[in-house]
Amino acid sequence: MSGKISQRPPRPPGRPRYKGKAPYLFLSPYIVLTAAFFAVPFINAIVLAFYETNGPRSRAFVGLDNFIFLFSDSTFRQALFNTTLFAFVSVFIQLPLSMALALLLNSGGDKVKGFFRLVFFSPNLVGQVLVGILFSVLFTPRYGLVNRVFQIVLHWGLEARWLSDPRLIMAAIVLTSLWLWVGFNMIYFLAALQTVDKTLQEAARIDGASPWQIFWHVTLPSMRHVVVFVVIMSVIGSYQLFELPLTLLSESYGFGANNAGLTLITYLNYMAFRSGDLGLGSAVGWVVAVIIFTISLIQIRLGRIAEED
Amino acid sequence: MNILQILLVALFVAFVALRSLGRRQAASRFARWTLMGLGAVVVLAPFTWLLAAVFKDRSVLNEYIFLPPVGQWSEKTLNLNNFRQLFQGRPSVTGLVYFWEYVLNSTVYATCTTVLQIFFCSLGGYALAKYEFRGKTALTLFMLGSMMIPSVLLLAPLYKMVVDLGLVDSLAGLIIPGMVSTYGIFLFRQACLSVPNEMIDAARLDGCGEFGIYLRLVMPLVRPMAAAFCLICFLGNWNAFFAPNVFLHSQDKLTLPVVLNLYLGEFRHDQGVFLTGTALAMIPPAVLFFALQREFISGLTSGAVKG
Repeated sequence: MSGKISQRPPRPPGRPRYKGKAPYLFLSPYIVLTAAFFAVPFINAIVLAFYETNGPRSRAFVGLDNFIFLFSDSTFRQALFNTTLFAFVSVFIQLPLSMALALLLNSGGDKVKGFFRLVFFSPNLVGQVLVGILFSVLFTPRYGLVNRVFQIVLHWGLEARWLSDPRLIMAAIVLTSLWLWVGFNMIYFLAALQTVDKTLQEAARIDGASPWQIFWHVTLPSMRHVVVFVVIMSVIGSYQLFELPLTLLSESYGFGANNAGLTLITYLNYMAFRSGDLGLGSAVGWVVAVIIFTISLIQIRLGRIAEED
Repeated sequence: MNILQILLVALFVAFVALRSLGRRQAASRFARWTLMGLGAVVVLAPFTWLLAAVFKDRSVLNEYIFLPPVGQWSEKTLNLNNFRQLFQGRPSVTGLVYFWEYVLNSTVYATCTTVLQIFFCSLGGYALAKYEFRGKTALTLFMLGSMMIPSVLLLAPLYKMVVDLGLVDSLAGLIIPGMVSTYGIFLFRQACLSVPNEMIDAARLDGCGEFGIYLRLVMPLVRPMAAAFCLICFLGNWNAFFAPNVFLHSQDKLTLPVVLNLYLGEFRHDQGVFLTGTALAMIPPAVLFFALQREFISGLTSGAVKG
């Protein structure tokens, strides 16, 4: 096994190395801009995390104090908890809903599929800020659309203070995020479903497998690449959640009562750009980067293991 | 019981009846349509509500869920006051600022970034796809690695840099750092890979310069990807909030999402105003989307499905 991996694949034939300057010229805008606006800030982000700053101009070296402060700060731990909770909800509620919608749509005709795909995707044209603004009004106690619909269907919720009751804040953020992103992930699943080999599903059906068994043992495994991709993307997205709570909970800069809606990036934004400590902001950025990196690696590894089975 | 509950129960009863009559096929089709219909209603209801809210007078915003009944239609319930108030000049340090200035700022920002990104990313993507050159593998690996770094990490140092360059509080400070995207280069690389090598070699033999090949041969062939990327990029920048909110300070330099977020506090007791602004801000992305939606869906998913 390992012997196979260490062999380098041969260079694809027929394409000799190009001698001129053209590719370097074509890539030079990318290289120059990336060096200036990615590499330099990236190195600065490493340095900055060890400094305490007051605005962009004055700073003092503090070593690891930023990180020590973060992990002793209960507000930061709350943010870490909330964001992780949101990431779990995204993966275990939002993605199954996206998959269910994709399966529903996949069995319809092409015209129907196109129309519903358009409808379910439409919230994504709008962006988190505008959606947050819209929903901050829809969640108004007694009068908001969400409150009225909950009252009519469930006989509960007319007076629910979605955006000021700490027990409901996270639920409000999750509901809004479902409205916004279920259709987005559905697009990926739908595209993947169309590449699944129909004859395999048919063979399983003839062998007497139930629809659920076909989905679980045939359809899902053959689209695992896309599933892994979408899970990673939505975990990464979840850990960067910021604009939605900021606009939903605008009166408290996105923190919410008892910090119930506080996310890591909201915390970063507040510390770096409202309190002016760019150093602490960078430290938070590093925590987020490490979390995202670790989770992505674990998921890619898990995806590989699933593939070898 | 109310109408909605009765409707839901009736739909469920119909499903059970179809099933118990042994018409499983019909039952499952019925269930599918019902679920899709309900889903569509849930998705579209907030938009419909917004459309109605824009024209309602502030005194009746909460009185009716959507529009008032036709008998109640009058200047007192439905009017354009929200628009009038939104378009009014608002005093700031630099004099009166009008809503259309934010629209202009957002348009300039999103358009410039999109045009520049399409050019630089397609150029880079083509080079990566169709040339073998020294350092290509290293560059590709670097690009893949750089995509793992969340952009928020770079925002604080980037802000410091933009301040040092004297570009803070200007659209240039937003546009220049955002002129290329690694993601865009990979999208165009993917599209350029499908251009046949023979065509490129033939053009070269006919004496076409390397840039000419890119401009006259490759670009027309990757137009679907360019359209998809155009929409992805425009949507992203039109709706961008984090960086503009940090980089822009003066009232007359702000972009739409930033200013609408401010209005959320300013018009707390007159929600129709910021709702109208929100509705107007949704129009350009929607128009662009309807123009480009076919290319968009295929472009969005091509990386994931093929990769």
